[in-house]
Amino acid sequence: MNQETLLVGLAGVLAAAAPIIFAVLGETLSERAGVINLSMNGTILLSAMGGFAVAYNTDNVLFGFLAGMLIGALVALVVAFASITLKQSQVAVGFVLALTCRDLAYFIGNPYMGQAGPRLQALPIPILSDLPIVGQLFFRQEAVTYVSFIAIYLAWLWVYRTRPGLMLQGIGEKPAAAFIRGANVNLMRYIYTVIGGALIGLAGPAYSLAIRAGWMGTISGLDGIGWIALSITIFGGWNPARAAFGAYLFALLQWLGLVLQPVLTQVPSQVLQVAPFPLMILTLLLVNIGNAEWVDRTLAAMPETARKFFSKLLRAMRASPPASLGVPFDTD
Amino acid sequence: MLKGRLGGFIFQFLAFVLALGFVSVILISAGASPMEAYKNMLTGSVGSMRKFAEVLVSFVPLLLVTAGLLITFSAGLWNIGVEGQIVLGAIISVWVFRLFVDSTLPPALIITLAILGGMIGGALWASLAGALKTFGGVNEIFGGLGLNFVSTALTLYLIFGPWKREGVASMSGTAPFPDHFSLPQVPELRISLWALGIALVGIVIVYFILQGTYFGLKLKAVGKNFRAAYLLGIPTWRYSMYSFLICGALAGVAGAVQVAGVYHRLIPSISSGYGYLGLMVAMLINYQAIWAIPVALFFAALNIGSIQLPIVMKLDSSLAGVLQGVLVLFVLLMEGIRQKFLKKA
Amino acid sequence: MNVALKNIHKHFGKVHANKGINLTIPSGTIQGILGENGAGKSTLMKILSGFIQADSGSEIILDGKPVVIHSPADAIHHGVGMLHQDPLDFPPMRILDNFLIGRSSGGLFPNRKEVAQDFNRLAQEFDFSFDPDNYVDTLTVGERQQLEIIRLLWLGARILILDEPTTGISASQKIKLFATLKTLAEKGMTIIFVSHKLEDVESLCNQVAVLRAGELVGEMKPPLDTSTLVEMMFGKVVTLGERQPAKTGDTMLDLQNVSLEDARMKIKNINLNVHAGEVIGLAGMEGSGQGMFIRACAGLTRPVGGRVQLKGHDLTGKSYHVYKNAGVNFLPAARLEEGLVPGLSLTDHFVLAEQPRGIFIDRTAGEKLAEDRIKSFNIRGTPLTMVEALSGGNQQRAELALLQSPLSLVLLEHPTRGLDIESVIYIWGKLKERCRQGASIIFISSDLEEILQYSDRVLVFFSGKVSQPIDAANTSVEQLGQLIGGKGWPENGGGSHA
Repeated sequence: MNQETLLVGLAGVLAAAAPIIFAVLGETLSERAGVINLSMNGTILLSAMGGFAVAYNTDNVLFGFLAGMLIGALVALVVAFASITLKQSQVAVGFVLALTCRDLAYFIGNPYMGQAGPRLQALPIPILSDLPIVGQLFFRQEAVTYVSFIAIYLAWLWVYRTRPGLMLQGIGEKPAAAFIRGANVNLMRYIYTVIGGALIGLAGPAYSLAIRAGWMGTISGLDGIGWIALSITIFGGWNPARAAFGAYLFALLQWLGLVLQPVLTQVPSQVLQVAPFPLMILTLLLVNIGNAEWVDRTLAAMPETARKFFSKLLRAMRASPPASLGVPFDTD
Repeated sequence: MLKGRLGGFIFQFLAFVLALGFVSVILISAGASPMEAYKNMLTGSVGSMRKFAEVLVSFVPLLLVTAGLLITFSAGLWNIGVEGQIVLGAIISVWVFRLFVDSTLPPALIITLAILGGMIGGALWASLAGALKTFGGVNEIFGGLGLNFVSTALTLYLIFGPWKREGVASMSGTAPFPDHFSLPQVPELRISLWALGIALVGIVIVYFILQGTYFGLKLKAVGKNFRAAYLLGIPTWRYSMYSFLICGALAGVAGAVQVAGVYHRLIPSISSGYGYLGLMVAMLINYQAIWAIPVALFFAALNIGSIQLPIVMKLDSSLAGVLQGVLVLFVLLMEGIRQKFLKKA
Repeated sequence: MNVALKNIHKHFGKVHANKGINLTIPSGTIQGILGENGAGKSTLMKILSGFIQADSGSEIILDGKPVVIHSPADAIHHGVGMLHQDPLDFPPMRILDNFLIGRSSGGLFPNRKEVAQDFNRLAQEFDFSFDPDNYVDTLTVGERQQLEIIRLLWLGARILILDEPTTGISASQKIKLFATLKTLAEKGMTIIFVSHKLEDVESLCNQVAVLRAGELVGEMKPPLDTSTLVEMMFGKVVTLGERQPAKTGDTMLDLQNVSLEDARMKIKNINLNVHAGEVIGLAGMEGSGQGMFIRACAGLTRPVGGRVQLKGHDLTGKSYHVYKNAGVNFLPAARLEEGLVPGLSLTDHFVLAEQPRGIFIDRTAGEKLAEDRIKSFNIRGTPLTMVEALSGGNQQRAELALLQSPLSLVLLEHPTRGLDIESVIYIWGKLKERCRQGASIIFISSDLEEILQYSDRVLVFFSGKVSQPIDAANTSVEQLGQLIGGKGWPENGGGSHA
């Protein structure tokens, strides 16, 4: 492989990760506030279709993106209403929406199948794009890829550096403590779920108007992306930067699967493509094993020094979800 | 009025009406006549014996999966990995068929072995999600999702790798088995009464497990209150594992039946989404086994009835999924509203 | 700031938690609020700190002005800050972030440098040492309190409410806390100190109010007289009938040098010998270690050291199911959370508790069994009643009816909490019956009369320390109250022997 193909490939990885990053950031914000939006897989498909349809009919790509975000926000609003106001299971409602929105996308999107519509064009940034290596990697991308870079930074900045962002962490961690500090917990949960949903909804048009332009119905290859994004959110430990890293890692592994295919002829490409999943399960196992009951009993049977060592080790590995994730909050 | 069975029924009826209304609006906005669409779905599913037989073909795996999921839901588990469990059931049954492809054993025995193999395959795959949950603390939803992807990849690997079709591998799957490896079908129709029988036996067993056995009672106790069940002396983690194994076994049978009764080979989308659809059925019937048969039949009818929509009305057949999903969604929402009213009253 | 509470009433459904409380606290006072669990202290403090609203007609007057406090955030605007027993902070976050979350001014991007300066200045002023970049979960409970105090001061609190602040903090931290509170009071702050601990109240407060059953039953200024306070807290001793001394048999449970440990607390080297037919009461403030102790006796938590023997069989480190099969039953305090399964009927429960062996449920036998138990335990319900539909007392009777036979050891957490006196007498009648059949009982209660009435011996827990077993017949409520409040412990109290 020469340098040229390598750079093109890696630049492609950055672009391929962009939609996943929107979705993962949206889910991270929502879960940070304590609401699991399990509808992601359907939301992405529906917003991809909706974004494409609107852009096609208005011949305006920007409207397409806005439509995608609106769809994502509306679906999230249903999740929020069902879980916060009606106190129904977030998992049940999210799951039903995941399937329903997917089928809705296929149904409504039928007339748009395979149509040639508007799409984003690559937007090389003057001067910067001429830089050796860096220019080719980062600055000859499409607009959504640039936006994804900015979104990572903004989400991170919001969560860790701003006053409302710190409060957001607090709401997901201990709503009662956030409440005594003046937060309207349930209102904030609504807001973050809807904003998170809008971000997830951005992932759809990022595919259908840019990365994989067009709407191809069931063969769009988008079914499943939402579930992947959900797993990456956990892998990311609810930290926007780490979640983005997970998205890049995933895109990189998939690209490697493609690249290595001619080299490793013994290994069918499907195995390489799936490599991220066992890795993901393994990661989940490592970060969660401290929660199992037998671990506690085993620890108690150990001599004091070993006990201390292992409890510390387990605590260090553990990625702790927001403590109130999925738990309704009532002031009385 | 809100209380009790009648109140629940009224709200469910309201949910049904709202769901139909919602879907009708979608149909109108797509430029189609709702009445015509519903009529087409009706004739498409029960308009002829042949079509109704197709409904039953779809009903069989859906009922088996729903039966299995009723067990895991009773134990308080969201076995989303059921898709992968269907796939593994199918894979193992294909493997058994391949083993005996040149054998002189009676085909009935081989088919039985293949279905048993599918059962074991599904159960073992489910035990992975179960072990991740009980010993690793990994939520069954995420463990199950991951394993679903792995199972899909495994299918593709087998189709394009070791079990490659003579000549060129393709998405159409592995080479079909000889005819005598097929579950006997009703003449002229695609439905196998054997498959139907297996599915009905499956749901009846599950019904009795949940209604009439100590095992079922213990499962419910574990599902409703894990801590209290433990204190009452039930080995809770063992019961969680049992429920995964049973659900996986039933899903595995569903996969095996898809191989032995419908496709006669391994195809990439062998599970056809029946796992996820089964989750919806279980949610819609509020985890009551007694309603599994009519609702699964209804969902299967929607699936088959929608097949002719693209030809007759140029509408996508995913309308069935939309209707099913919207229905479950409105039932969930209405139940939430009912509870809210009850609380206020 | 001067605080006046006038005619404070609060109902939770049928429960009348505060019954017309009047209390005036002048600026600069350290006001002690004493009372046992359920006396209404928390309700009163939650009203003052805006967590809940009092019934209409109640009045809160701050510096002469009547105020309505809608929320905790509103309370802090009025200068009322509250320190909760379980610190309401965010453990996985940084100290400085914890400090600044909730300040309503400061722009989108808080100026961390400035905040850090404020933080360090306040910390220095009270001689607290913190690294603002460290995480809160590395702090002890005492340090988290300190953090909370300076946070509330920074937000402008002029009244500081502390709810059981000396639970779970070290002796030196307590000294520091008290010094801080005294300094603050000298500067004109009003301190409200809610506690069970007589010693703390006596050494700190310059005005004390005692609540009992939702009413303010007495006030006192130094010099404080311990026995009067104890009498006010627990009321006159009403005898529940003749004490029945145990006819004790052989050793049932034998604990040798048992050590327990969880994330919060360590208890070292407990030695205890419980005889058949004996009743052991565990007294202590909630969270003093008795919960961990009783769960260890049930095999639910594994001791980190020592040996546990039941009837001479070594059960050390065995699982709960082994204990259960050996005749150990545990009835937790949270009935619907841990004890019973909501959604299952009484019959279902009785059937499950029988540890059935067959495959198919024998419904007729099950309902017959349920009817018998319902009758003999006087439960108001039918075999098909769902347990969540039962009243608290009937749930408790149902739990008792679930105890297996024969039985070696019954472990109970708050067996009669929230029950009327009739139910209490009934339930203890049933339990004593078990004792006569040779079972031993260990129970936790916060009701000292109950402990002295029904126990043969008592263990007192105080911040992870365990007393020697005390003979219940020769102990008064006052003596027990003092021990629970941390008075009269030997300097190096630790292991106990029996």
